[in-house]
Amino acid sequence: MAVRGLSLTVRRGEIFGFLGPNGAGKSTSIKMLLGLAKPTSGEALILGFPPSNVEVRRRIGYLPENFRFYEWLTPVELLELHGRLSGVPGNKLEGRIPALIELVGLTPHSDKRLQNFSKGMLQRIGLAQALIHEPDLIFLDEPTSGLDPLGRRMVRDIIRAQRDRGATVFLNSHLLSEIEITCDQVVFIREGEVVTSRDMRAQEEAVSVEVRARKLTQECVSHLNRWGTSVRVDEERLTFTTRSRDVLPDILRHLVAAGADVYQFTPQRMSLEELFMNVMGEDRGF
Amino acid sequence: MGVWIMAGITFREAARKKILLTALFAGFAFLLVFGIGLHIQVGDFRTSSVPPFLRYQIVSAMLMVGLYTVDLLAVVMTTLTSVDTIAGEITSGTIHAIATKPLARWQILLGKWLGFVAMVAVYVSLMFGATVAEGYWIGGVMAQHPLSGALLIFLECIIALSVTFMFGTWFSTLTSGVIVLGLLGAAFMGGWLEQMSGFTEGSRLAMVGIVSSLVMPSEAVWRRAAFDMESPLAGSLQFSPFADVSIPSMTMIAYASIYLVITLGIAVYHFRERDL
Repeated sequence: MAVRGLSLTVRRGEIFGFLGPNGAGKSTSIKMLLGLAKPTSGEALILGFPPSNVEVRRRIGYLPENFRFYEWLTPVELLELHGRLSGVPGNKLEGRIPALIELVGLTPHSDKRLQNFSKGMLQRIGLAQALIHEPDLIFLDEPTSGLDPLGRRMVRDIIRAQRDRGATVFLNSHLLSEIEITCDQVVFIREGEVVTSRDMRAQEEAVSVEVRARKLTQECVSHLNRWGTSVRVDEERLTFTTRSRDVLPDILRHLVAAGADVYQFTPQRMSLEELFMNVMGEDRGF
Repeated sequence: MGVWIMAGITFREAARKKILLTALFAGFAFLLVFGIGLHIQVGDFRTSSVPPFLRYQIVSAMLMVGLYTVDLLAVVMTTLTSVDTIAGEITSGTIHAIATKPLARWQILLGKWLGFVAMVAVYVSLMFGATVAEGYWIGGVMAQHPLSGALLIFLECIIALSVTFMFGTWFSTLTSGVIVLGLLGAAFMGGWLEQMSGFTEGSRLAMVGIVSSLVMPSEAVWRRAAFDMESPLAGSLQFSPFADVSIPSMTMIAYASIYLVITLGIAVYHFRERDL
């Protein structure tokens, strides 16, 4: 079973990051939400309706992970096809297609067939087809995997622009640094279940702390679980993670009160990668 | 609307990839050989003592051979060109960006099917028309009921198309192609066995032929087309693909039409239900 009991709440107008190790069920979840795969039991709902509802799909854009398209078409023809399939009137497409091709930086290649495109160029035109009908909800599955740093910045800017116009972006990416810069909220899933979620706007509160201290007793260390997770002791080096900076004075007082000689107490902002490793555990094949 | 967009893009793909043009070019090679053969045969008649009645029957039989070749080319072309459209797009993931658009899956499948129907219609019309025209202008003979024959050949192609689509919703391109060509081969063999049963009055042999026609009615449709188009002499040639030893009834044609609808219906149902 790839996914079980998965329930996600994504707020309108936010960029939502979907994280998990390989085989966690991310792509399966997206496929179920889009109606490409059926759950073995239960149901998937999107925007309050089952994904088989044609009218709901009119409000959804999707860039598949493998972004394969009819390669005998030019970018203009591909966008025209997807625009027509999405129900966009011809007169709107006339203006929207060149603008989108310009947005993804493919104007010089607009008359070339896709079969001559690189992976990155295909990803760019794939992103354009996901936006052709100005959807309310956009699923982007690994949207930057084939792009160079400039292309990644372009995608980030496009994603933010979509949020600014009120669209919700559902982002699945292995590039944690991209997620960290871009997303408003992230959810971690493992073995098809939500492990935890983080509001990235409040994420600066999550900190990892490194302590150099002597006379650390077992009882003193075990009490740290009240405030932190992933508590580790290596001789005089103590590390742990807390969800809030507010508890740091309490922890320091606890250590001193327990008789520890504290030489260094260093809180550090926790990167998403550290958070990921912390939540998922190491060596899980991400 | 979605059906017609998909039909249009499918037909356009055939045109853009030069599938139809290549098939017609290959067909042109056949027409050239057929025309040269007819021309030589007619020329030979001028210096021979073959009576006019027999000359007419021989050229008519040659025309039937030509139309049988058109039938085989059309069915094989239909299968080969359409086998990748469903299975290949599922395997490659190309279908993902299409299937998430606001159109039902039945519209995708039916649209693609209609696109190929249009392509096959063009192919059969041009190849059948050119062959009949060669028979008339070079050989001086005309098929008995050409419209009926052309429509039945078209029906046979559409049956092969629907079966190809049906297996394409289950299996990979290669597997689907092998299965459909195998079924066409079995139907071809069954047709011959049924012909032989008429000659030897072997009911068990006839049963094998009938069962094979029920499993895949393509060959039975051709034999009905041949019966409609052939001259009486050509029909009396035993062991030929156009012998009138065992003539498929109109009930068989009705069965073939229902078979077409059912296989297409299964394709639509399974494409709708499966994960992509």
